[in-house]
Amino acid sequence: MVSDLINANPTVYEKRDRRTRTAPNDVDEYAAEPIDQLEIFDHLRDIKDPEHPYSLEELKVITEDAIEVDDKRSYVRVTFTPTVEHCSLAAAIGLCLRVKLMRCLPSRYKVDIRVAPGSHATEASVNKQLNDKERVAAALESPNLLNLVEECLAPSFA
Amino acid sequence: MSLEGESFELREIQRLEGHTDRVWSVAWKPSTGVDGVPAVLASCSGDKTVRIWEKSPSTGSFQCKAVLDETHTRTVRSCAWSPSGKNIATASFDATTAIWENVGDEYECVSTLEGHENEVKSVSWNASGSLLATCGRDKSVWIWEVLPGNEFECVSVLQGHTQDVKMVQWHPHVDILFSCSYDNSIKVWLEDGDDDWHCVQTLTEANNGHTSTVWALSFNASGDKMVTCSDDLSLKIWGVDVMNTKSGEGYAPWKHICSISGYHDRTIFSVDWSSEGIIATGAADDAIRLFVENKDNLVDEPMYKLLLKKDKAHEMDVNSVQWSPEGDKLLASASDDGTIKIWELVSV
Repeated sequence: MVSDLINANPTVYEKRDRRTRTAPNDVDEYAAEPIDQLEIFDHLRDIKDPEHPYSLEELKVITEDAIEVDDKRSYVRVTFTPTVEHCSLAAAIGLCLRVKLMRCLPSRYKVDIRVAPGSHATEASVNKQLNDKERVAAALESPNLLNLVEECLAPSFA
Repeated sequence: MSLEGESFELREIQRLEGHTDRVWSVAWKPSTGVDGVPAVLASCSGDKTVRIWEKSPSTGSFQCKAVLDETHTRTVRSCAWSPSGKNIATASFDATTAIWENVGDEYECVSTLEGHENEVKSVSWNASGSLLATCGRDKSVWIWEVLPGNEFECVSVLQGHTQDVKMVQWHPHVDILFSCSYDNSIKVWLEDGDDDWHCVQTLTEANNGHTSTVWALSFNASGDKMVTCSDDLSLKIWGVDVMNTKSGEGYAPWKHICSISGYHDRTIFSVDWSSEGIIATGAADDAIRLFVENKDNLVDEPMYKLLLKKDKAHEMDVNSVQWSPEGDKLLASASDDGTIKIWELVSV
């Protein structure tokens, strides 16, 4: 079945150590703690690739640098890099990222997801699809796609 | 309503709760809210239901009078009342369009229109209620003839859009159909007198049109202007010589009049032109904006100006805005936050 894979031999990178977030000394425990880049990366790094038993972090589909966040404006932009230019699973990966963020960020957040410029043959079309919320809503009502997403987001995978 | 030299605000009258998922669309029942008839509003949602809300004459507040459920098996994306208000049509991601008949407080599903391959996204009745149009992800636009006995016959399947069709809307006075799409275009469809419908005009970037998904369109009261809204963060105003269109002597093309840009910073999902001339928009930045024609007519001034912006109108995206049949007094809005809000435009 190996020949059916879109990227049969992906490069696998080491996972980075989990950093503990350093809290300032004068902690006001009642103050709202802003959501930062690392927190969002932690939400996304362990998502499983749709066709490999590796995480998006291990395949460098997602890196911490690819996440822009502005907590004051409640805005996140995630830029991911498919492992191959013609990856037909790019939309599926994007959908996993969006669902994960929908589930773990406060609802006030606005999320834009895109593939890294130059990383995909049909970049504009993938980006448009991933940011059309009507298409995303319809996709998540499809049992096959929802199963795929749930599998990639399964917490048992680490 | 005179808008000169006054300032206005949108005052929240009521928040309607009941849907358990995002609310996609709202539709006021025609001829309600006037002449002592209580205002009636329909809403549809990702929770697969349609809710009917009625204003109580005694308390003045809206109450849910009916829940139309157990018919659609997926998201109900849009709903539209027939001009008489006797029927309501609902378009669903389950690939069907349901027709409901209203008797007293009851709504009964009397017909289900099948044919689209997958998600139906919009439904619209023509001015006389004799024709219905639907559109969807299968890139097609269907025209249905309304026959006696709740029968609906498909008279045309229109191909032409290259991507999913987001909305269909009949012209308010003549049987011309408009559709807008993920392919960035607006198409105009006309019958040639031989029961054959075809595309007579496509408004694209080449006609000063939109550069991304066109989500919705709305007409002014006289029907000689149309406004469209888009993912490209702009509104476009289009105009036509309406007299020519009415006479039936050939087709009068629609022309770009102006673009309203620089006001929105996320996708504009909904636009509605009130009978009094106020354009309302609902957008992904949670805000509602109102625009009016700039009557000053000074050179270098924009043709439309922002009347007001209601920030944080909802806690999430605003998917639909609709003026009540009363004119520009009441506005309904629907949101991803699962609520519908009723707003009153008041001068301050």
